Amino acid sequence: MTDVNAPQVNTDVKKKFMFVNRKAPYGTIYALEALEVVLISAAFEQDVSLAFLDDGVYQLMKGQDTIGIGMKNFSPTYRALGDYDVTKLYVERESLDERGLKPEVLMEITYEDENEDFAQKPSVHFVSRSELTEIMAQQDVLLNF
Amino acid sequence: MNKSTLHTVNKSPFERSAFISALNHLKPGDALLMTEDGVVGARKGSAFAGQLDKVTKSCGVYVLGPDLAARGMAENDVIQGVKLVDYGGFVDLVTTHHRTQAWL
Amino acid sequence: MKFGILVNEGPYTHQASDSAYQFTKAALEKGHEIFRVFFYNDGVNNGSRLTVPPQDDRNLQKAWTDLAQKHKLDLVVCIAAAQRRGILDEGEAKRHGKDANNIAPGFRISGLGQLVEAGIVADRLVVFGD
Repeated sequence: MTDVNAPQVNTDVKKKFMFVNRKAPYGTIYALEALEVVLISAAFEQDVSLAFLDDGVYQLMKGQDTIGIGMKNFSPTYRALGDYDVTKLYVERESLDERGLKPEVLMEITYEDENEDFAQKPSVHFVSRSELTEIMAQQDVLLNF
Repeated sequence: MNKSTLHTVNKSPFERSAFISALNHLKPGDALLMTEDGVVGARKGSAFAGQLDKVTKSCGVYVLGPDLAARGMAENDVIQGVKLVDYGGFVDLVTTHHRTQAWL
Repeated sequence: MKFGILVNEGPYTHQASDSAYQFTKAALEKGHEIFRVFFYNDGVNNGSRLTVPPQDDRNLQKAWTDLAQKHKLDLVVCIAAAQRRGILDEGEAKRHGKDANNIAPGFRISGLGQLVEAGIVADRLVVFGD
């Protein structure tokens, strides 16, 4: 059976894809279904990054206990992003501040840098609103859900 | 080609923070297009008129005419500096700017 | 230019599908090419052939089907999102032991790779959502 997800395109084209996450998890499906696109995008060898701003910062909270609401806790998937070569997760500082959140309450997500003896490096970059604006302005494709 | 961004906002600023988030991430030369319920943000005299007026100084600000009309408003109901476009104009805005960011 | 269109909401509840349809039509009228229209999240519900909307208002599913036929558009419904929400073609129904299928004509079910491909191949990707 043919793999419907196999790249059909000329993969010499490398575009900058940014997945913009602005909603908290579980209240809607957008956080989860956006992540599913991110995982698929790994097969296409594009330059993929994720932005977490507004309530999207809540997607990266440590200790998500979903037993009481009867939903699957999908937050471990963020930790696996490094294995998919997705190593740039930008978190907007102003969004954290507005919500009374400190960087320490977010998951520590790392990747192994194969160019430096597989040293563990942080995937999460805390950036200011204006820095994130600049990063967004470098992208080719912006995906919002 | 101009490497600017077209920002679309489809929700009212009274309903959703997307409008303000979009305003917080604009660069001079970008464009802002209000569609669907987002057109509410363009109205003269609204609580957001002052903020939107500031944006018109550095970015192209547009409102989708058909969505405005559907909500009982016309060109003279929106703040000065906001231009009306139809769906064809929406298409042109997308092609003019390098990327489109939908603030949902 | 080549456009990719992403529709994240179902028919009627949100204006997203209408907006996407009107945009797509306008782009075609201007001579642009629509590389793909990808339906994700609740957008997959645009691909049900079982809708019976009131006669005095637009029929969104039929509008998309007709536009696709007229312009040979590629309307793709995401398989994962469709499975969650119960949009199946014959193959999917058989594969999962369901007693019916409901995909509308002109729509096909495929993987998320089709969305990523659209992002790569199209000159512009436009998102319509909530």
